Amino acid sequence: MKPRHVGRIGVYTFLAFAALFFLAPLYIMVVTSLKSMDEIRLGQLFALPQHFNLDAWRTAWSEACTGVDCGGVRVGFWNSVAIVVPSTVLPIGIGALNGYALSFWKPRGADALFAVLMLGAFIPVQVMIYPLVKVVAAIGLFSSLPGIVLVHIVFSMPVMTLLFRNYYAAVPAELFKAARIDGGGFWRIFVQLMLPMSTPMLIVAAIMQITGVWNDYVLGLVFAGRDNLPMTVQLNNVINTTTGERLYNVNMAATILTSMVPLAVYFVSGRWFVRGIAAGAVKG
Amino acid sequence: MSASNPVEWTALAPVAAAAGVAVRDLAIRFGANEVIRGLNLDVAEGEFLVLLGPSGCGKSTLLHSIAGLIDVAAGRIEIGGRDMTEADPSERGIGMVFQNYALYPTMTVERNMSFGLRVAGLPRAEIEARVKRTAALLQLQPLLQRKPAQLSGGQRQRVAIGRALVREAGVFLFDEPLSNLDAKLRSELRRELKLLHQRLGSTMVYVTHDQVEAMTLATRIVVMRAGLIQQVGTPHEVYERPCNRFVAGFLGAPGMNFINGRLSMLSGGTVFDAPGLSVDLHAYAFAGRAPTDQPVVLGIRPEHVQIGPAGEREATVQLVEPMGAHQVVWLSHGPHTLAAVVHDAQVLSMGQSVRFSIDRSRVSLFDLASEQRL
Repeated sequence: MKPRHVGRIGVYTFLAFAALFFLAPLYIMVVTSLKSMDEIRLGQLFALPQHFNLDAWRTAWSEACTGVDCGGVRVGFWNSVAIVVPSTVLPIGIGALNGYALSFWKPRGADALFAVLMLGAFIPVQVMIYPLVKVVAAIGLFSSLPGIVLVHIVFSMPVMTLLFRNYYAAVPAELFKAARIDGGGFWRIFVQLMLPMSTPMLIVAAIMQITGVWNDYVLGLVFAGRDNLPMTVQLNNVINTTTGERLYNVNMAATILTSMVPLAVYFVSGRWFVRGIAAGAVKG
Repeated sequence: MSASNPVEWTALAPVAAAAGVAVRDLAIRFGANEVIRGLNLDVAEGEFLVLLGPSGCGKSTLLHSIAGLIDVAAGRIEIGGRDMTEADPSERGIGMVFQNYALYPTMTVERNMSFGLRVAGLPRAEIEARVKRTAALLQLQPLLQRKPAQLSGGQRQRVAIGRALVREAGVFLFDEPLSNLDAKLRSELRRELKLLHQRLGSTMVYVTHDQVEAMTLATRIVVMRAGLIQQVGTPHEVYERPCNRFVAGFLGAPGMNFINGRLSMLSGGTVFDAPGLSVDLHAYAFAGRAPTDQPVVLGIRPEHVQIGPAGEREATVQLVEPMGAHQVVWLSHGPHTLAAVVHDAQVLSMGQSVRFSIDRSRVSLFDLASEQRL
């Protein structure tokens, strides 16, 4: 056998083991969620369930208790949807607009503005939480849906702006100039020319925002208020609420349910994600 | 459409109202860097004016300032007799074609061409009629429903020209439109552009660094260097009587032969003297009064060095470059190396001794220090 083939076999062996290593927890979560508590008590972690049943899933979705409420993670799911939709659409829209304005219209002080924005990207969120609580409370949005959406918009602005600014920096300036000669104004060039050209970047930005906002815990916990707690916070409450025995199967099911949305996003858009990154790399 | 272009096309062949351009004391700065200063230029109505110069000479900057895409530091730009210095690009009554086509990638050819007209809010019937007319003129009908990505380079540039023409502007600006095309397409499209200009009679301002494009297309050439206009004239004037050594060397391939020497007065008239070479200049038309005894540079175009048995001077063949239709022969004459263009099928080989003569009536003479034509 040629040495090249030996190397190839080594690589695949390593990849197979890595895949097993990372898939093992998922496997345990899935099988545990399908077992009854009696079966779990046998302690056979890797064994397949003897009686396939979805009771734990049903409980996790609609009956599990978070403190005194026993409505499952369902409430959190819809809260998260209500937070994610505006926190994806608005930051992408504003980020694209920022990137477009910075790349093509170059207003006075644009570079300084962009530098400040980038600086914001490097400051840890925790540092800003307390001042931000004060600010959001002062404008009367603390503990509300608009409040948590506003906070997500603010924290996503550096990355969204950077993403679109770099994307538009790769668009030939002549395209913009041609549109100016054709009489296009600020909004028309953005809406009719630049946005339709930005599909790959829009998809990449959507993936980043949806997964980022969905997985957020701290901001949701602090800013959303009791009625809008996102699914991650709800999940934490389900798992930490112990009345009597710890329902491992319900906890596992609730966890899988919570991570379903980001997983689905990656599976559906993985191809686009890679394409968007690659397109940026070739052009940039 | 802007008020400067009130005439509508009526004939099948579109006729735009050609507008003139006047540039007065123009200055353009990028930061502290003054790219253009004190520039004056007049473009007559219906003229095909070519801005020619090496890269970085400011020719594209000048064109973009006429288009209103670059802010002017000082001076005035008039189009069609109206002050357009501060006007928005779309209000200037111009159409523009860019080197990299700059077609809107998400729109079909038809939408590309109609974009500006839709922005201007023209009636749909008028837009359709104009697009149809322009597409017919440029033979774009089969491509109207395609996206730019489905077109070849030559087709893209024709669409870009169509998008400019459909605006029925008074002035059309071209920024190195053929530079991205291969040699064959370039000469084809060059010919099409010239025919188009003859047919439309519109004012065209065309930027290029390609002297062949400049010579073939222009009614007048503007040669620029370092933000300054060196010479303005017909292709013939600029080629035959270059006003300084830079213009003389920039035009022509292979470049003009330059020989340093001195002028001296003899009884018969002025004579150019260099080591091993003296040229009688009694037939030379001096720009001003004939100077006496000063260091000068003699310029001889390669086609004015004639190789033949009747030649009055002798040289050794250093190198032969066959070009197909002609050959370029490099001659050693004393300490000088001269390029000569030979159009007949003489067989010349390296090291061969040949006779040649210089067409004395068509040489150029420049002052050594100022490099200005004498």
